[in-house]
Amino acid sequence: MNDQTLGERLRQRGVSRRGFMKYCAATASMMALPPMMIPKIAAALEQAQRPSVIWMSFQECTACTESLTRSHAPTVENLIFDYISLDYHHTLQAASGDAAEHAREEAMKEHWGEYLVLVDGSIPLGSDGAYSTIAGISNLDMLKEVAEGAAAIVSIGTCAAYGGLPMADPNPTGAVAVEDIITDKPIVNVPGCPPIPTVITGVLAHFLTFGRLPELDSLKRPKAFYGQNIHDRCYRRPFYERGQFAETFDDEGARKGWCLFKLGCKGPTTYNACATARWNQGVSWPVEAGHGCIGCSEPRFWDAGSFYNALSVPYADVGGTILTAGAAGLAVGAAAAVINKARKSSATSHRETITVNDLTKES
Amino acid sequence: MDANELLAFARGPAFDIALIVFVGGILLRLLEVLSLGHKRDLSAPRGSGVQGGLRTVFDRTLPRKTVFEKEPLRVINGYVFHVGFLIVLFFYGPHIALFQSGLGLSWPALPSGLIDAVGAITIISLLAALVIRLNNKVMRYLSTPGDYVAWLVTLLPVLTGYLAYNHLLLPYTLMLALHLLSVELLMILAPFSKLTHMFSFASARWYQGFKAGRRGVTS
Repeated sequence: MNDQTLGERLRQRGVSRRGFMKYCAATASMMALPPMMIPKIAAALEQAQRPSVIWMSFQECTACTESLTRSHAPTVENLIFDYISLDYHHTLQAASGDAAEHAREEAMKEHWGEYLVLVDGSIPLGSDGAYSTIAGISNLDMLKEVAEGAAAIVSIGTCAAYGGLPMADPNPTGAVAVEDIITDKPIVNVPGCPPIPTVITGVLAHFLTFGRLPELDSLKRPKAFYGQNIHDRCYRRPFYERGQFAETFDDEGARKGWCLFKLGCKGPTTYNACATARWNQGVSWPVEAGHGCIGCSEPRFWDAGSFYNALSVPYADVGGTILTAGAAGLAVGAAAAVINKARKSSATSHRETITVNDLTKES
Repeated sequence: MDANELLAFARGPAFDIALIVFVGGILLRLLEVLSLGHKRDLSAPRGSGVQGGLRTVFDRTLPRKTVFEKEPLRVINGYVFHVGFLIVLFFYGPHIALFQSGLGLSWPALPSGLIDAVGAITIISLLAALVIRLNNKVMRYLSTPGDYVAWLVTLLPVLTGYLAYNHLLLPYTLMLALHLLSVELLMILAPFSKLTHMFSFASARWYQGFKAGRRGVTS
């Protein structure tokens, strides 16, 4: 089945040339590629063979899969049936138990060195990896085993990419990211909690089209989707520029759609495509729904203070610190005053008479 | 340490340390100076010390005619810098959010574009201040390393804030972290440098004005 090219397979499934070209155009625009790339994408996809994909879920909440199943361009059905061969995925596969693990081993054996590994969830290292196991195998062992024969690894979601929520202080399971363990394979991070569905599928489409991973930033994120921060693309930006901020979630500013910076929006430091790609087939996104960005695609976002504290506000209780520091300052100041006074009176009582002879000028 | 970690450090422990040093240090310094007191003036007062003190606290804000005539540029530049710095500090939305978190008080913000322009003017006036200082023989002679340090730690927050807002030179997150750290450096050095004048100007003026007022002269 996998010997068929994508073009053959699509024609077999009755996908028209027009429909196919439309998909290629959508892919090009999503990846911010120029229109002249569309025929190249079409030609590449036409000849591409469906790669075997092994999706591994470790310490995760399944939201990444939930997000993936809501992709509309391409739809997850298109993706699974037409573009890739999803050979192993706990939640989506029909097989279970031994049969499921067997499917993974089969896929690995058959496509050794060529398959794509998609990971969601972090990997616990604490207690010898006992916090999360699949078929009795620890996440760490399974990741190492599967990664060995992988062409590339895509870390889906902030947990796989940067450790995410499981790694949040005090990190009880000793969770780490995929890139902390696998260092000898090409890795793409697709962070987000969860990532935007079209971004997940877009990265896969890029790999299919060009046979290599997209251009990445310093945090290994595809620049096409994570190249700009939310704030710069936010439709509420004009209100920030005018200094008009919502102070609470139900004040007049909030009703008028003013900037949510003061309510803790992390848009300025969050690099993601939410403001442009949006969610639910482009219906809306968090800031449009009236809630500030929580910065879910950034490393350690969970430990970056309250979601409802403005970026310019420190983590700790400022008023409390001022009072404590003030009290300490006054106490030390009072002590200094007492010492100064004592030195002054001691100097007065020990005052010596100075004659003109003592006043020599030192050259 | 990546930009996010640096920002977390700047918003977390670094800010706490800076705030403790700043508030504690300023109060310590003020209390120490005020507690020194001065010798009791046994002469009969020829005027009101309180009146003189109050007057001086305010009228020293105005330029002295003789000084202004001699060096108008330096005096005007001083106003431009101080007014610019205070506008940027107190009327930029994110800064107001910080004061609100500590003091519980809030006031309307000015448009960010205006703050941006005032910030640029403030930077230029700080650079001008250095040029004026270096071009004036007497000032250059009187300047200590502390003066240049005070100038630098005042410039850095304005400069990094401007660069962060305009997305220049470094990625925003990193520049924001540097901006916060530069402010924290200013807070830490403020009690122990000439920058203490941000608070002590009032007590110093009061002291001079009070003494002069009691003697029936203008300070």
